[in-house]
Amino acid sequence: MSVFKRDKKEEEDSGGNPYLNLDKTSVLQEARYFNQSPVNPRKCSLILTKILYLLNQGEVFTTQEATEAFFATTKLFQSKDVMLRRMVYLCIKELSTLAQDVIIVTSSLTKDMTGKESLYRAAAIRALCSITDSTMLQAIERYMKQAIVDNNPAVSSAALVSALHLSSTAPELVRRWANEAQEAVLSDNAMVSYHALGVIAGSRKNDKLSTVKLVTRLAKASLKSPYSLCLLIRLTAQLVEEDDSDASQPYIEFIECCLRHKSEMVIYEAAHAIVNLRKNARDLAPAVSVLQLFCGSSKASLRLAGARTLARLTAKNPTAVSACAVDLENLISDPNRSVATLAVTTLLATGAESSVDRLMKQISSFVSEISDEFKIVVVKAIRRLCTKFPRKHQSLAAFLAGMLRDEGGLEYKAAIADAIIALVEENPDAKETGLAHLCEFIEDCEHTALAVRILHLLGQEGPKSRQPSRYIRFIYNRVILESGPVRAAAVSAVAQFGAQRPELLPNIKVLLSRCQMDDEDEVRDRAVFYSIILDSGDPQLINDYIINVSQPNPVLLEKALRDHLEINPDVLFDINSVPTEEEPKENKEPIVEMEVRKPVQMSLEEIYAEQLAVIPGIEKLGPVFKTNLPVELTEAETEYRVRLIKHIYARHVILQFECINTLDDQVLEDVHIRLECPPEYEVKSEVHCQKLVYDKPGSVFLVVEFPCAFLGSLGSFGATLEFTVHDCDPTTGNPDPGEGYADIYPLEEFDIGCSDQIRARGAAEDFEQTWERSSNAPQASDTFVLPQNEANEAAQAVCEHLGLPKAAISGEAVKEIRGGGVFRGGAPVLVRARLVSRGDGTTMQLAARSPREDIAQLILAAVG
Amino acid sequence: MGGLFSYFRGLLGAREMRILILGLDGAGKTTILYKLQVGEVVTTIPTIGFNVEQVTYKNLKFQVWDLGGQTSIRPYWRCYYGNTDAIIYVVDSADRDRIGISKDELVHMLREEELANAILVVLANKQDMPGCLTVAEVHQALGLDVLRDRTFQIFKTSAVRGEGLDQAMDWLSNTLTARK
Repeated sequence: MSVFKRDKKEEEDSGGNPYLNLDKTSVLQEARYFNQSPVNPRKCSLILTKILYLLNQGEVFTTQEATEAFFATTKLFQSKDVMLRRMVYLCIKELSTLAQDVIIVTSSLTKDMTGKESLYRAAAIRALCSITDSTMLQAIERYMKQAIVDNNPAVSSAALVSALHLSSTAPELVRRWANEAQEAVLSDNAMVSYHALGVIAGSRKNDKLSTVKLVTRLAKASLKSPYSLCLLIRLTAQLVEEDDSDASQPYIEFIECCLRHKSEMVIYEAAHAIVNLRKNARDLAPAVSVLQLFCGSSKASLRLAGARTLARLTAKNPTAVSACAVDLENLISDPNRSVATLAVTTLLATGAESSVDRLMKQISSFVSEISDEFKIVVVKAIRRLCTKFPRKHQSLAAFLAGMLRDEGGLEYKAAIADAIIALVEENPDAKETGLAHLCEFIEDCEHTALAVRILHLLGQEGPKSRQPSRYIRFIYNRVILESGPVRAAAVSAVAQFGAQRPELLPNIKVLLSRCQMDDEDEVRDRAVFYSIILDSGDPQLINDYIINVSQPNPVLLEKALRDHLEINPDVLFDINSVPTEEEPKENKEPIVEMEVRKPVQMSLEEIYAEQLAVIPGIEKLGPVFKTNLPVELTEAETEYRVRLIKHIYARHVILQFECINTLDDQVLEDVHIRLECPPEYEVKSEVHCQKLVYDKPGSVFLVVEFPCAFLGSLGSFGATLEFTVHDCDPTTGNPDPGEGYADIYPLEEFDIGCSDQIRARGAAEDFEQTWERSSNAPQASDTFVLPQNEANEAAQAVCEHLGLPKAAISGEAVKEIRGGGVFRGGAPVLVRARLVSRGDGTTMQLAARSPREDIAQLILAAVG
Repeated sequence: MGGLFSYFRGLLGAREMRILILGLDGAGKTTILYKLQVGEVVTTIPTIGFNVEQVTYKNLKFQVWDLGGQTSIRPYWRCYYGNTDAIIYVVDSADRDRIGISKDELVHMLREEELANAILVVLANKQDMPGCLTVAEVHQALGLDVLRDRTFQIFKTSAVRGEGLDQAMDWLSNTLTARK
């Protein structure tokens, strides 16, 4: 009785979460209570709950602790209390992955799953499947088959869902239950049918032919369960996606037929599938009209589904959505803010310039009421509007600035700052206002990362504006008021002004000298550094170290520095040998995106660095200068697929042949390459691939030394793959006994050209000045006649040869190529070409400048 | 209030006796458990783990744990030794080859501290099989002669025919009640 009382009192006292502040050790101590007999079900349930709570809070149990708790829990099987037993199942399931010897409850669970107490059966099946490993599975197979076709839907569903989980570890075994699952698909219970279809489809997911059969059969079977139908629609849509030919017409018809189903869920799934699959407006029309109806539904979930899918459709086919404009307009004032946001952003994306102002007004009426996530959607929509309607920049920028002033998380603020920064970069008219908004924002910005970014931008753009001095006040205020990292960024920004606006230089020098008194090392260091550079008055120095500072890829820089310290710390480190940061690639975003997913961007060099580490002596080659995009050396769909990745070092090239064996009945051993090089090249070493099994890539590496003369480095190579073949069992991958036989496989020829050895980029804004400054450097120039009729075509071919981006091309009638880069070894090079079409060809005047004359000549040779 | 007290006393007094059924695999432990519980011979499969059931015999409640006898499961027996009142050790009298192993397991088990006060009932099972060991031979083979400081008794049984179980349970319940 006293136990009762105390529990009650505790509950009243704490009020909130009674499990807060649980201590693992004391809970495990309590679990020993399970060993006592007779069992107090209520108390034991409470302790089990505590254990489950801890596990779900991410508390780590050691194997010993888990095993101890697990065995104590097994003692509770003596109690017949239904609630307690079900807690026991849950606990077994949670502990099954942590504890040892969990099979000890197999018999007890098997008994419960086949027993009379129907409340036990489903949960016992789930627990049993979680403790059973693939070796023990056969013992329970008979029971599982029975359970799948059981009359009790809960039991049947539990068995099917467990089968689905097991199929990741024992797919073969689960496949044997297909007959039972087929039977269950036709069950009257909606869930059972759905789960059964999940099991069947899962076991066939790598077998397209049998998926086709399944879909064809079930499409005619008129399934009753709406869940099953949804899944079937997804499977069908997948088939259509893989095969776009006319053969998929019946599938499309099936999906369109589902648009007339009585369940809203099925209708939506079908409409969603059609929106994803079809392209032209006529095919989309039935789906769009269904979504349109959804927009007018009384259920918020349907309105959200409709608005959201329409929003996604705007990315693909804005005209198809325009028919729904009226319905979307109605949704703007929807009480559900998420629906309203989607409607507004969709309208913004599809609407005309004239409606922008009105819509912006609408948004601003409720923007403060929606969550950050949706605010970001709005911000992104506005950002796209800025690009689409540059003339509207004033109202858009004002709106963004207003949003900046609101409360919000870092991600939200960053999205707004991104939008303004994009506006500033894209639209020269908006620059001044945009920068002014940003200046105001950093006055009161709590996010260091964001403040640093904006300061950097101000440093870049501010000096070019009409009144640079007004920005300096904002920037210098940061120096006085902010934390260390922000002050350091502010110092760098101030220095930019000094470097680019000579009239401000005296004042800037004063500011910098004040910063030299700062408490923070980094701030002082920067201030001293910039002061000295500015004091020197040397334009070259100022350009290289303040205005156009090259930014090495930080990961590779770290690696290069570490290698440098290990191998030859006495030699000066050459920062030019490290690849610079790659330009971020422009991601094409859908118009309205809900989930924010960002793949980690890694440069090729970073990706391959680990693989290259297997080559003995690799560190002696120095840092990798450039890794080129892979080149296919075989046709697609051949027995062996080989692609070549050329890793360029200062004096060597590593040829990485990445091979894939596509034959599942063969294992290749001792795979290597016979290389035919141009005369001056020399193969230094080779790393064989010991074993190449089916579908697992393996690499052969050749370290080849470049010829001493740069000019000799252009040439073509022949290569042959040589290996020993062992036949093997396709299913197990075990090789058949016996010796195997040697075989060769010829690969396509490949070249090493100029573009492989140069890290090029298009012309910067100040190309003309750079070109002038380098007038003293050796220059090679010549006039060529190119076979292409179009000057543009010819220019693109030249860029490809030299590894320059297409952005390097400019001009209309007379095409001009301006660019530059760093050649392996670290020598800079500038290239400039003029191309004129003559009707039957294109004349090109090409000039290259580099401190190394032979490199300049190489550029010409590469084109000639 | 008095009624309430006597209710609790009654609960305590009716504490279930905790009994373990142990023995090598295939000795007939699970068959015996269910013969005792439902009075019928059920088809069994090798026990992976344990079965636990409540058995009522002559108004006495027993909580009977039948632990699997396979080699891989035997190490876990000791997890269930705590608070045990009695052990029913089942021997397959027809399995002459493994009677030695059975003895080793028994000796090993009886050495456990936690089982020091547990009563031992040995069932020489499968007496219906032709050519099986007699009770005396089982007694001999298990080395029960040298057993000191232990209340124990050996019975010949045939679980499938339901012979001998009642005698064993009678003795067990009498001994347990007498001990209290």
